[in-house]
Amino acid sequence: MSQEHLRVYEVFVRSSRGLDHKHVGSLHAESPEHALMYARDCYTRRSEGVSIWVVESKNITASKESDVEDFIDPMTDKPYRHATHYVLPDSVDNM
Amino acid sequence: MTQTHDNSTDNLEQKLAEFEQKIADEQKIEPSDWMPEAYRKNLIRQMSQHAHSEVIGMQPEGNWITRSPSLRRKAILLAKVQDEGGHGLYLYSATETLGITRSEMIEALQTRQAKYASIFNYPTLSWADIGAVGWLVDGAAIVNQISLQRTSYGPYSRAMIRICKEESFHQRQGYELMYEMAKGSAEQKQMAQDALNRFWWPSLMMFGPHDTDSAHSAQSMKWKIKRETNDDLRQKFIDQTVPQIEVLGLEMPDPELKWNEERGHYDSGEIDWEEFKQVINGNGPCNHQRLKHHIKAHEDGEWVREAVRAYRAKQKPQADNQVA
Repeated sequence: MSQEHLRVYEVFVRSSRGLDHKHVGSLHAESPEHALMYARDCYTRRSEGVSIWVVESKNITASKESDVEDFIDPMTDKPYRHATHYVLPDSVDNM
Repeated sequence: MTQTHDNSTDNLEQKLAEFEQKIADEQKIEPSDWMPEAYRKNLIRQMSQHAHSEVIGMQPEGNWITRSPSLRRKAILLAKVQDEGGHGLYLYSATETLGITRSEMIEALQTRQAKYASIFNYPTLSWADIGAVGWLVDGAAIVNQISLQRTSYGPYSRAMIRICKEESFHQRQGYELMYEMAKGSAEQKQMAQDALNRFWWPSLMMFGPHDTDSAHSAQSMKWKIKRETNDDLRQKFIDQTVPQIEVLGLEMPDPELKWNEERGHYDSGEIDWEEFKQVINGNGPCNHQRLKHHIKAHEDGEWVREAVRAYRAKQKPQADNQVA
């Protein structure tokens, strides 16, 4: 089996029930089913998780880091979006 | 006894037992897990109601954006209303994991089959109301939502965690506004007092009927959809808010509010449940206006949906050609 024909999959693992799946890495596989088995073998050898998602990399639409300044505004000019912006009397400051 | 077992019933009982064991073990239920139909329905009711509340809640505050007294206040209010729309989206998306579509939920809201928090049927009459809404209404919502971070349904729990992270700014900007008004001129202080008086009782009603009168509470508690009862959450809100009223130097909105040493809680007067019932059932001051506006905004956005459909139709023949 030629390596070039294998597809790249991204692997997401949920470390315990109730938490989000987190991206842990990628791998090559022939089919989604194979990707799932390889992901289990590669990424969950030490009880890292209870659930695995695999997604073929080409199906992920991603933003470009080179565009980040135009695409994702860090909103540093909007400090009022943060709770710490508001100064309250000490006795009620735990709000 | 017959030899043949009803496999489907056995299977169902086993699934139910597994489900209840997960709940008992504090495990979250995820969309791909089996769940009883009543659990699913109960969640759809509560979560869609929560989503609708976020979206309808944009109206009373949106009412003051163009009339904010300063650019700073306008920017803050815009950011807050934008957050509420975002929270609605988190919650609609989480509800959709239960197999209901966005358009079904919106249809249910617009035909009054689904409810939203009754508080948003009250008008925001003065600028101080914007302070009262952030401080009291968001404050009450936070008490409820902190508790719901531990709800048994995974997507709901994760949406609550995300929302709670963003809520603190909402309450603090409201309190800061109230504080400025309460420490301002006599007229401003009077506006703050009036806003507190009008929003106090509807804020307490946000927690819903007494536990003994709540239609869904017992089952929701059993399945850990809700983690604390309406009355317990309401008490928590009262206990945290009374000292905040004292710091503002305003009069208590309920003359019966007083510390009960024995209980370790504040006692308070009885809520006007007839008013609550009237507002929930569509007869509050702004029910008609809120839905009418929602329907109009939805219809005004039809051209966007139409453009999406036209784009899809245009793409499809091209894709078909490529295959051929």
